[in-house]
Amino acid sequence: MPQLGESVTEGTILRWLKKPGDTIRLDEPLCEIETEKVTAELPSEFEGVMGEILVPEGETVAIGAPLCTVTVAGEGGPSGQSPSFAASPAGGWSGGPMAIPPDEAVPAPAGAPAAAVAQHPPETPGPGPQHSPEDRSRFYSPAVMRLAKEHGIDLEGMRGSGVGGRITRKDIEARIASGPPAIAGKPAATDDAMYEVVRFSATRRTIADNLSRSNIEAPQAWTMVEVDVSGLATLREREKERFARELGIELTMLPYFTAAVCEAIGEFPILNSRWEDGELRRYRALQIGVAVATDHGLVVPVIHNAGEMNVAGLARAIADLARRAHERRLRVEDVEGGTFTVNNTGAFGSIASKPLVNYPQVAIVSMERVVKRPVVVGDAIAIRSMVNVCLSFDHRVMDGLEAGGFLASLKRRLEGIA
Amino acid sequence: MAEMTVIEAIRTTLDEEMGRDSRIFILGEDVEAGGVFRATEGLVAKYPGRVIDSPLAESSIIGVAIGAAHYGLRPVAEIQFADFIHAAFDHLCSEASRWSYRTRGDACLPMVVRTPWGGGVHGGQHHSQSIEAYYTHLPGIKVVAPSFPADYRSLLKAALADLNPVLFLEHKRTYRLIRQDVANAPAETVIGRARIARKGTDLTIYAYGLMLHESLAAAAALASEGIEATVVDLLTLQPLDVETILESARATGKALIVHEDTLTGGFGGELAALIAEHAFEHLDAPIRRLCAPDIPAMPYHPNMEHFFMPDREKIAAAARDLAAY
Repeated sequence: MPQLGESVTEGTILRWLKKPGDTIRLDEPLCEIETEKVTAELPSEFEGVMGEILVPEGETVAIGAPLCTVTVAGEGGPSGQSPSFAASPAGGWSGGPMAIPPDEAVPAPAGAPAAAVAQHPPETPGPGPQHSPEDRSRFYSPAVMRLAKEHGIDLEGMRGSGVGGRITRKDIEARIASGPPAIAGKPAATDDAMYEVVRFSATRRTIADNLSRSNIEAPQAWTMVEVDVSGLATLREREKERFARELGIELTMLPYFTAAVCEAIGEFPILNSRWEDGELRRYRALQIGVAVATDHGLVVPVIHNAGEMNVAGLARAIADLARRAHERRLRVEDVEGGTFTVNNTGAFGSIASKPLVNYPQVAIVSMERVVKRPVVVGDAIAIRSMVNVCLSFDHRVMDGLEAGGFLASLKRRLEGIA
Repeated sequence: MAEMTVIEAIRTTLDEEMGRDSRIFILGEDVEAGGVFRATEGLVAKYPGRVIDSPLAESSIIGVAIGAAHYGLRPVAEIQFADFIHAAFDHLCSEASRWSYRTRGDACLPMVVRTPWGGGVHGGQHHSQSIEAYYTHLPGIKVVAPSFPADYRSLLKAALADLNPVLFLEHKRTYRLIRQDVANAPAETVIGRARIARKGTDLTIYAYGLMLHESLAAAAALASEGIEATVVDLLTLQPLDVETILESARATGKALIVHEDTLTGGFGGELAALIAEHAFEHLDAPIRRLCAPDIPAMPYHPNMEHFFMPDREKIAAAARDLAAY
């Protein structure tokens, strides 16, 4: 598919003017192409016999995609060379061999242009880091000098992981994290038989960083209420089968809980805030994160505009996010921008937990396990379905008044369900 | 809302804002017919008399816009290709950028100059230029260079609401290449703010326009090799979001600046100087610039164009070097 105009990225085959087996002369039109900007005939760059049509009429393909094959004259018969006819992708601009997410996908020109691309080694104009095998263990960058001074680390004799043995900032940070060396001048003793070093994955490291930050920066208070969800339990029993049948979703209490959370936040909007750029931003839309435990770590995908959804919508959104979280198919936008987090700790059997605020958010609520318990109703003892609801919040942002008010509102709403 | 291309983001925003504010009008070459990139398509029928074809004279387009802004209108001047804007440099430099300063802030000059810039479209010498370095040197003009459709929308709205001249740079290669679900995009942004488009620990890549997308693609590929790059989408080139730029440089200690403009005197020099000046003690490697070589103009032949432009492979290679340093 040729590039018929700047900024055009795809084209549609309107009509094939040649069919397989037809003789083709140089510059003879092969087909008609339509793009957002122009409609044009595609002249042949080869003389020969038309081979296979690769893109049928009406189909849209990216610039550079092969459209048909042509057996070039002089190559002799059907066994001759059949160049894949992509026209010259005028952009000449290759997506290359790297994997690209589909929404950023650049039409990758097929065939010859890719080879042309490979002929150019990456240009590195200007003075950059020059790598030579010389010993660089005594060259210290500004960052390394500063960190060494701040932490009283003797750089003498230390060998780094950088080019030429240079001590990198990460080497110093690792040294700081591991504490002072056991015996100066000797590497710390390790014993593979006694333990193994657990390497953090990128996900685990991000979780660790966020939780440390939350715990260090935000003074967090914790509070809990117990809620009678007997009505909700009955409703769920009643609706379970319909949800399975009509939506194909296994209905849990979480969507109801999330809906009630959204309504309660409506009364106490300060809970729907984030610390950003040194200021506290109270968000208008409810972007509710739902914690999902997967075998590759905890992820918190976000239900965008949760405040505008009903229970069925929430159930569907939660099921979809949870499924994609397990399959590792969450997109960046699925995990970004959360303004409040709901944690379903009851799934693990917990009856009380103290979640850490999902920084930069300011509050997190957990729904614990629903258990049948004898409770006093009026002057009698009854067996009711009870659940504890726990809230951790950033005490800088709000006091017990708002936090308690939010939980009371949530409790009232959950107990009001019948 | 469905996914939107960059060109649709621009067109819908112009439409919405013209509907909201009757002072806004568009002038430029062929804008009545929709412009060569179809950015103003359909607007003349909807807003008769407010989408005006100009002569092929860029200094006149900008001069008329300045005059109209003096009279209380909100002109949107379209320069068909950024390559042509230099004919109007004197108006922008000596008049537009200084008006507020000359009047000690008594008067303002609200005007937006929209123009498609950048290469990778086989546009040759006269349809591929990067012009940001000339105009970011003018303290009285704001220069915006978004990358994603939602940011085009919020920054074009912000530009139209701004009381200062805003040069709004639209990367023509991304017009129909980049799509985004704008309803579920990150929060609206404002002029003067950068965004961390991706967070990593090994190095920080600074980019804008097409190179931002190339940098993100390079970062995604590097992640599979265990190199995690932060990618900063600069969004506004003047005034710069100094805080975000420095914070992200301090966090990784390694900075890679990417732009498709030529190296010497390019905008990357400003970023490099800023980082060296204010984040020196946090640097763990020399600041690295990946730019087009110092060649007079973007070549036409595909292979030569490819040689000239930075892309994801070149960015990944430079990042690998820097990470290993």
